[in-house]
Amino acid sequence: MKASKLLMATALTAVTGLGATSASAESMTLCWAAWDPANALVELSKDFEAQSGIDMEFEFVPWPNFADRMLNELNSNGTLCDLLIGDSQWIGGAAENGNYVKLNDFFDAEGITMNDFIPATVTGYAEWPKGTPNYWALPAYADVVGWTYRRDWFERPELMAEFKETYGYDLGVPADLGQLKDIAAFFQGREIDGKTVYGAALYTERGSEGITMGVTNALYNFGFEYGNPENPYEELDGFVNSAGAVAGLEFYKDLYDAGAAPGSSNWYMGENIDAYKSGQVALQMNFAFIWPGVNADPNVGGDRTGYFANPPGPAGQFAQLGGQGISVVANTDNMEGALAYIKWFAQADVQAQWTEMGGASAMRSVVEAEGFADEQPYNQAFLDSMAIVKDFWAEPSYASLLLPMQSRVHNYVIAGQGTAQEALDGLVEDWVEVFEDEGLR
Amino acid sequence: MSGTPIDKIAQATPHAVASKVRGLSDRAIAWLFVGPSIVLLLAVNIFPLIWTINLSFTNFKANRLRDVDYIGLRNYERILTDSDTWQSMQATAHFLFWTIFFQVLIGFALAYLINKKFKGNDMWTTIIVLPMMLSPAVVGNFWTFLYQPQIGLFNYVVEFFSGVDASSFSMIGDVSLAPWSIVIVDTWMWTPFVMLICLAGLRSIPDSIYEAAECDRASKWRQFWTLTVPMVLPFLMLAVLFRGIENFKMFDLVVQLTGGGPGSLTTLTSIDLKREAFEKWRTGYASAYAVILFVPSLA
Repeated sequence: MKASKLLMATALTAVTGLGATSASAESMTLCWAAWDPANALVELSKDFEAQSGIDMEFEFVPWPNFADRMLNELNSNGTLCDLLIGDSQWIGGAAENGNYVKLNDFFDAEGITMNDFIPATVTGYAEWPKGTPNYWALPAYADVVGWTYRRDWFERPELMAEFKETYGYDLGVPADLGQLKDIAAFFQGREIDGKTVYGAALYTERGSEGITMGVTNALYNFGFEYGNPENPYEELDGFVNSAGAVAGLEFYKDLYDAGAAPGSSNWYMGENIDAYKSGQVALQMNFAFIWPGVNADPNVGGDRTGYFANPPGPAGQFAQLGGQGISVVANTDNMEGALAYIKWFAQADVQAQWTEMGGASAMRSVVEAEGFADEQPYNQAFLDSMAIVKDFWAEPSYASLLLPMQSRVHNYVIAGQGTAQEALDGLVEDWVEVFEDEGLR
Repeated sequence: MSGTPIDKIAQATPHAVASKVRGLSDRAIAWLFVGPSIVLLLAVNIFPLIWTINLSFTNFKANRLRDVDYIGLRNYERILTDSDTWQSMQATAHFLFWTIFFQVLIGFALAYLINKKFKGNDMWTTIIVLPMMLSPAVVGNFWTFLYQPQIGLFNYVVEFFSGVDASSFSMIGDVSLAPWSIVIVDTWMWTPFVMLICLAGLRSIPDSIYEAAECDRASKWRQFWTLTVPMVLPFLMLAVLFRGIENFKMFDLVVQLTGGGPGSLTTLTSIDLKREAFEKWRTGYASAYAVILFVPSLA
């Protein structure tokens, strides 16, 4: 009896011990934001699990808390994530602080080449320092700010006639930012089907990065630069607060005042989606990741919605880059498995499947494939947008650069305090202080 | 020897230990009991405070592995000369003053009414205290919906009573209304707390005092000012102290409600401090900021 108990205890210990070892060696956690594409990735990853025998676990954090949660995880050298699909702006800090694994040698050994990906996504999601062949991520999800509009409203004869009479040109996809503002103003407070509707849902959120991701779509197109391209840290004055940049900021405020839905002073992705899908607004600024969902929506989807890239301004046509690359977290205790996932994910057929399932591949063989532009009603707008992207600072101090921009821009655009010139002059002072603190000036 | 549990423990105590303990004075035994608590207090409260003061004189960043330099009073100088800091202090002062003012006023009035015996007294007390049982983050979140110009109940109530079009104003988006929007929500949520404390004060006043006042033919008004108010005042001051300390560090409700906007109009010092410490990771600067904010809290 005693012997049998001892045997059972030994067996139990052995089983639990082995089980624990097995679980830690054969499972991995992938961290990302909690949104629709993440669900698609869970489905896609089942193929990897079947091939590798590694169980994939997922940690998805809602967007408003994503940066806080994940940057704290990286900064505290946490062990939660083996793989992280992190925002493009984090790459400088994560690379310099040793949070991400540099992937150049791995890419060379496995024959993965960055030439296979859209160049803007390589620069935006993978490189640090920018413009150098040092890769810390594989482009995972291509995204960019663009616009959706109520095509069914735009095609109503009475509205078309009234618009033409008012503005002197046809109601349709705006040819430039000026026309975008006209259209937003035209729909503001209008009665359609017995319901009051408004012009546009814009990014205005204060707490994280919302208004910056919105206003840059106006700033870039009016001539804003993040400093002298030759010497960005030293020469901010005259670039960040140039006459064009001031005009761009004034434009965004005018657009907000003329065409934004009432109560939209703190809106970002989710609020804009809700406003558009509930039929409150004619135009919606948002990242392209929402387009499949809009297209499938029973109220506004299908032919009722059209898509277009951010319209040009006086200084050119640009759009704010979104999207992320997938990185191996340096602290992982399953380096082999994490790299195996990257290798699997970089395959052309997996990337094609990724896009089919609701992801957005940045691989050229997928987006440049014949017929891709016509496969979905929003694909052409996506390709047009990806060709004109610009991104915010990706420096290690990006958060210190982002917060004053949120504050200065929100103060001017939403609170109406001061002038655009004062807001951007103040921003120059803030950024100079950050770069001085960083020892970059 | 009796067989009480204490005697049994004494008998079971090893001789070596017992001989050591036997020689301890009452004071030493007292220290033995409070010692662990004091060590814990020093470890989790006093040491971090001293460490924070030390960090406040450096340019330390918790997310960077680089040399830390002592920079003297530079952090303090930058904070105290930064207009944004003063704006957030102003926003905090506005929030603090008006929330306490309304909560004391309404809380005391409610307590006075609830203290009267009437049918359904207990039920109303329960209903009134419900808001303070909710999570501040949840309250912040659902008030953003109540404040929505198109669908928000708050705007419709205002329209109903004033005739002002519901969609014509935005409580959390308007520069002049946003600071009041957070005052309204905090007052809605925490007035019941002040009411409960006042109610405790009112119920602690013996009926005999009022009866004596009646005999002296004191009017109700005079009874209120010379008996009720002075006797409830210590309770009221306690409520003011609690709410003052709580609202000085208010964070979650306001973040959920306005995110600190529009602009920086509702960016309270706690929000500003959190951004400096855990978003910009300027640990040294944030430590100096925390030390500065600690002074009024202590006072």
